[in-house]
Amino acid sequence: MAMTWLWTGMVSLSLLFGAATGNLGALGGAALDGARSAVELCVTMAGVMCLWTGVMEVMERSGLSGLLARAFRPLLRRLMPRASRDPETLAAVSANLSANMLGLGNAATPLGIRAARLMARGGNGTASDDLCLFVVLNTASIQLFPTTVAGVRAALGAAEPFDILPAVWLASGVAVAAGAGMARLLARVWRERP
Amino acid sequence: MSVSDLAIPLLLCFVGAYGAARRVDVYAALTKGAEEGLGVLLRVLPSLVALLTAVYMFRASGAMDCLAALLAPLLAALGIPPETAPLLLIRPISGTGALAVGSELMERCGADSYVGRVAAVMLGSSETTFYTAAVYCGAAGVTRTRHTIPAALFADGVMFVLSAFAVRMVFGT
Repeated sequence: MAMTWLWTGMVSLSLLFGAATGNLGALGGAALDGARSAVELCVTMAGVMCLWTGVMEVMERSGLSGLLARAFRPLLRRLMPRASRDPETLAAVSANLSANMLGLGNAATPLGIRAARLMARGGNGTASDDLCLFVVLNTASIQLFPTTVAGVRAALGAAEPFDILPAVWLASGVAVAAGAGMARLLARVWRERP
Repeated sequence: MSVSDLAIPLLLCFVGAYGAARRVDVYAALTKGAEEGLGVLLRVLPSLVALLTAVYMFRASGAMDCLAALLAPLLAALGIPPETAPLLLIRPISGTGALAVGSELMERCGADSYVGRVAAVMLGSSETTFYTAAVYCGAAGVTRTRHTIPAALFADGVMFVLSAFAVRMVFGT
C-alpha cells in the first residue's frame, strides 16, 4: 500500500503544482514521455545487465563466492560474537554477505532469511544485537559491481559506465562501517532485556 | 588507454579461466545468468513505467524544483547537490522508485556530469532500507526491531554525504 500512496501522491501533487505554476499543459506530454523512457531504459540497459549477471553466475558456480564467504568469517566472529558460536548461523551469514558483495540478489535473500531465522531463535520476537547488526549490514549495500546502475549509465551514454566504482566502494564501505558502529552504540541504549 | 579500460576484459578473462580450470561449464553459467538478468529487467519494467510516468509529471509540474529548493540549504551544508533531493527521499523506501528518479537525473544532467555521477553512486552504494529490514525481520518473526531502523538510516545518511564527497574526490566537480 505504501507505493500506492507514494504514486498517487506524486501524481496529485503534480496536478496541484502544475495548476499553481502554470505548467499544467506540460503534464500530459510528460506522463507519456515517462512511460516511453522507462521501456527505452530497460531495452538499452539489458545488454550490460545480462552480461554481468552472467559473469556473477560463473563466479558463483566456480566457487569464487565461497572463497569470499570464508574470508569473511574471522571478521564476523568479532562483529557478532554470540551468533558466530553456532557454525550453521556463521555459514549462512557469511554466505549472505558474500552473495551481496557479488550482487547475487537471488542467492543473497534466501541465505539472509535463513541467517535471520537462526539468529532470532529464542528471542520471542525481539531482535538480538547480532540480528540488528546483520540487518543493518544488509540495508547498507556492499555490492562490488553495481550492475544495474552501470547498465543505466551505459544506456544514458556514459563514456565508461564502471568508472564510478572507486567512489561507490568508498561511499558504501564507510557507510557500512558507520552503520555497524551506530548499531553497536545504540545497542547500549536499546537494551536487549529491559 | 588506462587501467580501467583493461579492468573489464581482464575480469572477463579471469572469471572464464578460473571457472574453466575448476571444471565449470562457463558458457552455460554465463547464459543462465544472463537469462536471470533478463528476468530481473522484466520484473522491474512494469513498476518502472508507472514510476517514471509519475516522476516525469512531478518534474514537469515544477514540484521537483520546489522540493529541491526547500531542501537546498540543508543539502548544501552537507556538500550534497540539491538536485538529488528527491532521490534522497525515495531511496530508502522504493528501489525501483529510486532507479526512476536517479535515471531521470542522469538523463537530465548527463550521465558523466557531477550530479549524474553522484546520483549513480548513491544508487549503487545503498539498498532499499525499509524493504530489506521488513523482509529479514518479517521472515525471522521479529516485531521488536529495537535500533535496527535508526542505525540503518544513519548509514544511509552517511552514504549520501559520502557519495557526493567521493565523486568530488575521484573526478573533481
